[in-house]
Amino acid sequence: MKAKGTVHKYGDNVDTDVIIPARYLNSSDPEDLKKHCMEDIDTEFVGRVKQGDIMVANKNFGCGSSREHAPIAIKASGISCVIAETFARIFYRNSINIGLPIIECPEAAKEIAAGDEVEIDFDSGKIYDLTKGTEYQGQAFPPFMQEIISKEGLINYINSKE
Amino acid sequence: MGMTMTQKILAKHAGLESVTAGQLIEANLDLVLGNDVTSPVAIKELSKFKNQQVFDKDKIALVMDHFTPNKDIKSAEHCKCVREYADANNITNFFDVGAMGIEHALLPEKGLIVAGETCIGADSHTCTYGALGAFSTGVGSTDMAAGMMTGKAWFKVPSAIKFNIVGEKAAWVSGKDVILHIIGMIGVDGALYKSMEFVGEGIKNLTMDDRFTIANMAIEAGAKNGIFPVDELTEAYMKEHSTKSYTKYEADADAVYDEEYTIDLSTLKPTVAFPHLPENTKTIDEVGDIKIDQVVIGSCTNGRISDMRIAAEIMKGKTVAKGVRVIVIPGTQDVYMQMLKEGLTETFIKAGAVVSTPTCGPCLGGHMGVMAAGERTVSTTNRNFVGRMGHVDSEVYLASPAVAAASAITGKISSPAEV
Repeated sequence: MKAKGTVHKYGDNVDTDVIIPARYLNSSDPEDLKKHCMEDIDTEFVGRVKQGDIMVANKNFGCGSSREHAPIAIKASGISCVIAETFARIFYRNSINIGLPIIECPEAAKEIAAGDEVEIDFDSGKIYDLTKGTEYQGQAFPPFMQEIISKEGLINYINSKE
Repeated sequence: MGMTMTQKILAKHAGLESVTAGQLIEANLDLVLGNDVTSPVAIKELSKFKNQQVFDKDKIALVMDHFTPNKDIKSAEHCKCVREYADANNITNFFDVGAMGIEHALLPEKGLIVAGETCIGADSHTCTYGALGAFSTGVGSTDMAAGMMTGKAWFKVPSAIKFNIVGEKAAWVSGKDVILHIIGMIGVDGALYKSMEFVGEGIKNLTMDDRFTIANMAIEAGAKNGIFPVDELTEAYMKEHSTKSYTKYEADADAVYDEEYTIDLSTLKPTVAFPHLPENTKTIDEVGDIKIDQVVIGSCTNGRISDMRIAAEIMKGKTVAKGVRVIVIPGTQDVYMQMLKEGLTETFIKAGAVVSTPTCGPCLGGHMGVMAAGERTVSTTNRNFVGRMGHVDSEVYLASPAVAAASAITGKISSPAEV
């Protein structure tokens, strides 16, 4: 499994209130949520993002609320993978559970810049910055997590085991 | 190798003799929780299951607290969806308007969670129940749905940070100041993926409400859970509120911790977290001249009866500063009733505050106190992120009920000692 796209870059402690503000949580429809993704810190994200793009951020990405609406909004926007130095734990679980690939890699998070073209190989955990010509080793997913992602979420995965 | 308190509870619920940090386990659940924001997403996921039978209709709690009484049509549709689901599936613990309270104030009060149990909730502040000596942690809606169906959840066994609590609380210091001090010290990711285990002779000087507040904000340091040992106070609380049997766990003497800190309660001061992170803390003598527009006293962090008592004590016979809106929100219907009995509601209203029905409301910018651009609120809630309580150019200052009440009277962030 691979992802490839243009990078949108953010800093430390990107919280779920800015990923999808609570004022929009009166809907849980991915199509509604994606219209407001990141708007409190990046009003241009929604207009700029293309299908397959990649989000890169520093430490503690997704901190705060347990709202699954946050990874849902990111995935619905077209983002194919989030790379960060570290993720907040509930966001980490939620992303895997809804089938949004995320990968921890401090070096990549630090060096990759906005606008770079990046490719990720989830089997090996390798991250390639095609613009810079650099390569990073991220944390590879164990097989069960890859299966949850490829089946588009935890529930389909559980059903497939029965 | 010895186990931490959290590891012992997890081992027991996974049917294992022992566990070590980093191990992936599947644990049995005693309670699965959701609210009006997260449950509709879970219910949508539940419809995908082949088998539609919940694991135990008595071990699921659905609490309509975030945008209730409903603020708009969409949030009313969400509650309707949950109400119909609860009815069709005979969910025992469904709490609607009239019975509901803010979930993490309500569930311990209703006796639905006790020491030694495991709980997941689709709300990040589910870690509150660690105050009772339970393992409880926040998850998302899909984990909630899987938990409702299977009665199980997978966990990576956490390592832990030990906080040795000593001494007696200094004047005007409460659980809120203890946890803000700790978050200021270790940062918003200082306990990422870990347990925060509170121990020491000073624990006896923390009331149950102090402990609920401290465990509640463990997530604001990134922790998986926060947990307290079970003592006489915990046992008295559980006997008053629950008929469930409980189990006391203690960390092994040779348990391994990643880090250890000593917190001397006698050296702490009332503490305020400045925008836009809970780690941006200053003690009350360092805050300077910060004029405010609004005060919110309530939430799953500080909406309990002792919070209302201290705020009322400070505001009694005084008047809210001109130009400041003060919103008091009891955590549950029982807290509300008790306030009426003790005359606290009258004290607040006479001072010029408004007293609301229980709701999460303004804490997450939902309703009942949303801010305009350029406004500032001193709030007893738990998060001060950008846009958390309204406009992206508004500001939230997190503080204890005592500091919030004092600030309501002076119109700027103030020490309770000043009023």
